[in-house]
Amino acid sequence: MATKKNNTIKLKFDSARNLAPAPESKSAAKIDQQYDLFINGKFEKPQSKKYFATINPATEEKLSMIAEANTADVNKAVVAARTAYDKTWKKMPPAERAKYIYRIARMIQERAREFAIIETLDGGKPIRESRDFDVPTAANHFFYYAGWADKLEYAFPNRRTEPLGVAGQIIPWNFPLLMAAWKIAPALACGNTVVLKPAENTSLTALKLAEIIQEADLPPGVVNIITGAGATGAAIVNHADINKIAFTGSTEVGKIIQRAIAGTNKKATLELGGKAANIIFDDAPLDQAVEGVINGIFFNQGHVCCAGSRLYVQESVFATVVRKLKDRLETMILGDPMDKNTDIGAINSKAQLDIINKYIKIGQQEGAEMYQSSCTIPKKGFYCRPTIFTNVAQSNRIAQEEIFGPVLAIQSFRTDDEVIEKANNTPYGLSAGVWTDKGSKIFNLTSKLRAGVIWANTFNKFDPTSPFGGYKESGYGREGGLHGLNAYVNII
Amino acid sequence: MATTEKRLEVLKTYKIYIGGQFPRTESGRYYVATNSKKENLANVCLGSRKDFRDAVVAARNAFGGWSGRAAFNRGQILYRIAEMLEGRKTQFIDELIKQDATRTQAENEVNLCIDRLIYYSGWCDKFQQLFSSVNPVASSHFNFSVPEPTGVVAAIAPQGDSLLGLVSVIAPIIAGGNTCIVLASATKPLCAVTFAEVLNSSDLPGGVVNILTGKVAELVTFFADHMDVNATVFCEADTATQKMIKEKSALNVKRVVLYDKVKWATAAGQSPYFIMDLQEIKTTWHPIENIGGAKAGY
Amino acid sequence: MIATKTIPDFSLSPHIDQVGIEERASRFTKRSIKNETKLHGLMLALNMIDLTTLEGKDTEGKVKQLCYKAQHLHDAYPGLPTVAAICVYPSMVKTAKAALGNSGIKVASVATAFPSGQAPRDIKIRDTKYAVQNGADEVDMVISRGKFLEGEYNFVFDEIAAIKEACGEARLKVILETGELVTYDKVRKASDIAMYAGADFIKTSTGKISPAATMPVTLVMLEAIRDFYYKTGKKIAMKPAGGISKSKLALHYLVMLNETLGEGWMNNEWFRFGASSLANDILMQLMKQKTGVYQSANYFSID
Repeated sequence: MATKKNNTIKLKFDSARNLAPAPESKSAAKIDQQYDLFINGKFEKPQSKKYFATINPATEEKLSMIAEANTADVNKAVVAARTAYDKTWKKMPPAERAKYIYRIARMIQERAREFAIIETLDGGKPIRESRDFDVPTAANHFFYYAGWADKLEYAFPNRRTEPLGVAGQIIPWNFPLLMAAWKIAPALACGNTVVLKPAENTSLTALKLAEIIQEADLPPGVVNIITGAGATGAAIVNHADINKIAFTGSTEVGKIIQRAIAGTNKKATLELGGKAANIIFDDAPLDQAVEGVINGIFFNQGHVCCAGSRLYVQESVFATVVRKLKDRLETMILGDPMDKNTDIGAINSKAQLDIINKYIKIGQQEGAEMYQSSCTIPKKGFYCRPTIFTNVAQSNRIAQEEIFGPVLAIQSFRTDDEVIEKANNTPYGLSAGVWTDKGSKIFNLTSKLRAGVIWANTFNKFDPTSPFGGYKESGYGREGGLHGLNAYVNII
Repeated sequence: MATTEKRLEVLKTYKIYIGGQFPRTESGRYYVATNSKKENLANVCLGSRKDFRDAVVAARNAFGGWSGRAAFNRGQILYRIAEMLEGRKTQFIDELIKQDATRTQAENEVNLCIDRLIYYSGWCDKFQQLFSSVNPVASSHFNFSVPEPTGVVAAIAPQGDSLLGLVSVIAPIIAGGNTCIVLASATKPLCAVTFAEVLNSSDLPGGVVNILTGKVAELVTFFADHMDVNATVFCEADTATQKMIKEKSALNVKRVVLYDKVKWATAAGQSPYFIMDLQEIKTTWHPIENIGGAKAGY
Repeated sequence: MIATKTIPDFSLSPHIDQVGIEERASRFTKRSIKNETKLHGLMLALNMIDLTTLEGKDTEGKVKQLCYKAQHLHDAYPGLPTVAAICVYPSMVKTAKAALGNSGIKVASVATAFPSGQAPRDIKIRDTKYAVQNGADEVDMVISRGKFLEGEYNFVFDEIAAIKEACGEARLKVILETGELVTYDKVRKASDIAMYAGADFIKTSTGKISPAATMPVTLVMLEAIRDFYYKTGKKIAMKPAGGISKSKLALHYLVMLNETLGEGWMNNEWFRFGASSLANDILMQLMKQKTGVYQSANYFSID
């Protein structure tokens, strides 16, 4: 049999991408025309009298109107939280606190489908991800921390703890419900009360969570959920009667917050940006590594702070890995996030799409070689083809700056020391990935990479028991696990 | 003896300690350390921004080696520092007395410092066990979290005493594998420089601890804004400076640790939680293969 | 032959991470296959079946009935495809060949002391030649798992090459019996050996050992085929066998095939299901699609 030249061989995946539509039903979720602020156990009209629209980024259609909290609204929420803290929550026996949190967890499970649908409609992420990851992981987070409420004396050797008071929590748009769970669950378990602000693009699941909190009969004011944009967030950060700021978002805003609270005694945890290195050695299980790279950068359209956006491949397997990545890219289904087969949904907003496209242009201008999936893009909505860049240098902006989209920058490396140096050559330090079949090499890498979460022969795994958070400019403090308690207690 | 003439004393030169060397400040400036009786005790280097810069470079270069040492070895070195301090006890007592302490106070302070070093020597290979966790994740992965040093720490030592505050701040920083630049007490700087000599003869690698003398007001900004410093420690109750440090630290998301309420002379002046203040938690995941063993009778 | 020119060092076969490959395999099961895609998939799956009977109690009568079924899967549903092949023991090849006539359905014969493979090479060669001489279009051999586990890779390689030669024009399927190899690393290595030694198909299982085919094990083999294809330009076919009895699972396999090797493999020249009860389950699904009501097994012939 004649041997064809390798470069003429190409697998075809068009039919793998063209499956009959399998849409999740919108009608299984109820979205109101308008949402008010959840303060002191009730939904209240904003004193600002203003509402803003939230849209479905997949269709650009309006979903609902959301209240905009002004300083007076924020104050009202903080007063409610303070009152609930003093009068109810800090006095409540911890085991009772636990039961409220368990109740919330259960109710999220019961309404999981509704949450998943709304999360996808509001944020653009594939329904498969909302259904299989965001919502169950959020419920599990409440379950995990519920159990800590009456066991805190075991968490800190030789010390007691006390709650901090009122926690102001500001969360991003990439995992709206899950981030709310990450923030609220440990805060409540430790005895704090909460004022939480979801991102303005993705308020709906947090407001649905407010409905559950109401239904769960949580004492009024223990959790307040107020909506709005940056100004609302600033009002929370600057409120004098808040004891703790927990923020997840960009490093840029994180720095502003750190400065804003400099003259106060507010404790802070910041979970900020990242530019994670994902490193493939030549002895790695390559097909699984490729899958890990794909999950690492294309999960949630790359809107993940710990996304593996820098790929380092050992030169001896570079061509093979890139080929495998390209093939894999071709099988990814991009389109309607509500379709159960969609792998890559909509970019969360027009603004974010512009940023991503700007970086794609920069990458090309910098001389990197671009490869995009040949999939088609829906006419309406904000979409970006999964994109990889080869021929990238460490000095390229696409290899240095967080893009927060489905864009991967691939570099080759030769030796272990070289790749460790390059991987750490960044102001960020949130996560990293290592792929090799050699155990001792894994431990060398995992101990030398300066990042808070290291995935070895896997990537983008999350669990309520597993602490998450960054080194360096990726922030400080941990969320999840035993170490996540630290963020919400004074150790005495 | 042939003569009863008083022997001329050889005076000590107080220099700063950077990268295991004892240079004079690059600025060539000095100030006179005095005591409450207005006696001139020594000409002390008035450290500069560039001295700090050099010290950060030294600390950064030393970080990989020091954090990579076996915890046991770090414990040995802290123990060695204590041994050396014990051996040069009288020198420190003399200096403390010169700087207004009574003999009893001086002896107590030095003893406490020695004991504190021993205390942290013991923690070097234990705090990790106490503050790590193996996390029972729901998927087939092995997952564990361990503390790791934050990196290069810039610390302003407590300004009220000469040795105790300095030792109490340095010990947990280096026990945890960090390297540091420490600004000594401006008013009582003598022991800091002598302590640097102790460090230098204790197998502590150069650059792990760098000690500067000088004025807090002049240098504190750089301790807070240097982009290659990972954390800043400040021990004074001066809220304006605290605020400035926190603001400048935002430049590179530095960790800011304030010890303005710590009573260093009490038991509360030492604990593994001081070590943990300058640790990051690293979580590692790896898949667990699952083959065999699952049958009944296993 | 390219195979003999480029024998790689099989100790360098890629390693497989169990958790990773199983995660990937489970992702295919998340695909929601609906409407025309489902219909097309079910028809295709039906057309990929090697309808199998491999029992000690097989008789000519039984084989003839099976051959009839192969050609008339469910006459109540016009326009159905036939299965791809009938898979029988060598002694039944002649009967099957005659029964299938010019239907286009292939006759596959197991050989080489199936299922254990514990026989001398000359007997395996004679077994193979007997099947081919009786008209087998395809030969399903088993590898010597004992030798493989001893690390005698050259022995295994040579044996496959010898059987390939004995096959003549018949296509050779090499059964790895993955259930006895236990780890994915070994499955991958055995796949590489088989392909380089001349296999036309690689096949998971005899059906006599549990576990038989699973999605992850099949995925390991598909990825081996993909790597081999890129390296040599030669396409190798795949046959998971045993344990695939539900149409939903068959569709998952097809999704996996389509996303791993692409359209070029989406036909029965390059992919087969070794199964006996899968056909009826697919037929029930097809009838449900057609009529809109759930079906009963009573309406589908059991042969």
